[in-house]
Amino acid sequence: MKPLFNRGPSAGVRLVLALVLAFALIIADLHYRQFDALRSGLAVTVYPLQVLASLPTRFAQDLESQMASKVELRAENERLHRENLTLRARLQRFASLESENERLRNLLGSAFKVGERVLIAELLQVDLDPYRQQVLIDKGALSGVFVGQPVLDANAVMGQVVRTNPLTSTVLLITDARHSLPVKINRNGLRSIATGSGLVDQLNLLHLPKKADVRVGDLLVTSGLGGTYPPGYPVARVTEVRIEPGKRFATVTAEPTARLDRSHEVLLVWSLPKLMESGVMTETGGTGITSTLEP
Amino acid sequence: MPGRTLWAILLTLGASWFLTIVPMPEWAVGYRPQWTALAVVFWITTVPDRVGVFWAFFAGLMLDVVTGSLLGQHALSFSVMGYLAVELQQRIALFRDWQQALSIWLILTVERLLSLWVMSATNQPTPSLSYWTATFVSMLLWPWLAAMLRGLVRRLNLA
Repeated sequence: MKPLFNRGPSAGVRLVLALVLAFALIIADLHYRQFDALRSGLAVTVYPLQVLASLPTRFAQDLESQMASKVELRAENERLHRENLTLRARLQRFASLESENERLRNLLGSAFKVGERVLIAELLQVDLDPYRQQVLIDKGALSGVFVGQPVLDANAVMGQVVRTNPLTSTVLLITDARHSLPVKINRNGLRSIATGSGLVDQLNLLHLPKKADVRVGDLLVTSGLGGTYPPGYPVARVTEVRIEPGKRFATVTAEPTARLDRSHEVLLVWSLPKLMESGVMTETGGTGITSTLEP
Repeated sequence: MPGRTLWAILLTLGASWFLTIVPMPEWAVGYRPQWTALAVVFWITTVPDRVGVFWAFFAGLMLDVVTGSLLGQHALSFSVMGYLAVELQQRIALFRDWQQALSIWLILTVERLLSLWVMSATNQPTPSLSYWTATFVSMLLWPWLAAMLRGLVRRLNLA
C-alpha cells in the first residue's frame, strides 16, 4: 500500500532545488569551463551507449561491403589505383613547389610553417542534438585531441573540436550557426569571415563590400588568421553573389567543399608549433599532409 | 526501492537514450518521439511515490550529455515536466484513454516549450516548425507504450 502522504520534501521544494541546479549548470556550461570535468565524467558512462547506437549503421556498411560483388570490388580497386597515380603525380609537383615557395618566403623574410601531423578518426554514427551541426568522433583526450583542434576530411576543412572526453570528442562543423572562420579568396587573397548558416550546405561571407571582387565559383581557403586553422586549406566554393540595395554589404553564400554529411573518416591535425609544445606522438602520424589549392 | 524496480527504471531510461541517438533516415528525423520524456512520465505515473522531480532532472541531464546539447537544458525542462506529472498523476490515473493522451501531450509540450526557451535565451538557432511534431507523435505513441510497459511491470511483479 502506498502512503497517502509522501515523506521528505514536497514536490514543489524539489522542483525549486532542481531548477536552481539546472540554471547553475546552464550558466556554468555557457560561460565557464568549471563543469567540463563533470561532463566528461558523465560522457564516459554513456560511451557504451553511443557505440551501441552507432552499431546498426556500421553493421549496414559492413554488410554492404560484404555483398559487393567481385566485379565491383575490382572496378573500385582500379579506380583507386588510378586516383593514387594521379595524386602521386600531383604530389611530385607539389613537393618542388613547396620547396620553391619556402625559398621565396625565406628571401622575403616571412616565416611559413609547413608540415603537420595528422591522426585519422572515425565518426560515430549517432544523431546528436538535431538543431546543431556537430558530430561525434571516436578519438578523445587519451589520443591527444585538444579543444580547438582543426578537423578535416579528404576534401576540405570540416570543423573544430569543441569538447573532448577521454574516449570521444565533439566536433562543431563549419556550418553551425555559431561557427565562423577567417577565410580568403584563393584567386586574389581577399579576406573575409565565413559563418555557418545552420544548413549543412551553406556558409555566409560577412562584411564584403559591394564592390569586392568576388565571383561565383571562387574557391575559399583558410587564411590562417585567428590561429585555429592552419592556412591554405580549402573551405568552400562561392555559389551566389547578390547585391541588395537595402544592405550595406554584398550577400555572398558559399557551399562547403568538405562532404560534411557523408564523410566516415576525418583527419585531426596538429600543426607543428603545437606539436613541439606538447610533444604529442600519434599512432598514424604522417607528416606534411598536403592540400591542393587548385583543383 | 526494491533493486529490481530500480534496474527496470534504469534500463528503460537507457533504452530511451539509445533510441534518441540511434541514426534514422533523413525524412524521419522530425518524427522522432520524445522517448526519454515518455519513459520518465510513465514511471512517474506508475510509481509516483518513488520516481519524481529528481529522477526527471537526472534523466534530462543525461539526455544533455548523450545528445551533446547545452548541459542543463533538458535537465531544466524535464524537472518542470516531472513536477507537472507528479501533480497531475492522480488525475491522470482516473482519466479515460483519450483524456490521458491529451494530458500527456500537454506535459510533453511544456517540456518542449521550456527547452525552446532555453535555446533562444542562450542564442542557439531556432528550430523549424517540425520541432512540435514530435509532441504529437509521442502522444499517439503513448497508449501503446504505456500498455506495453504496464504489462511488463505486472509480469515482473515490480511496482
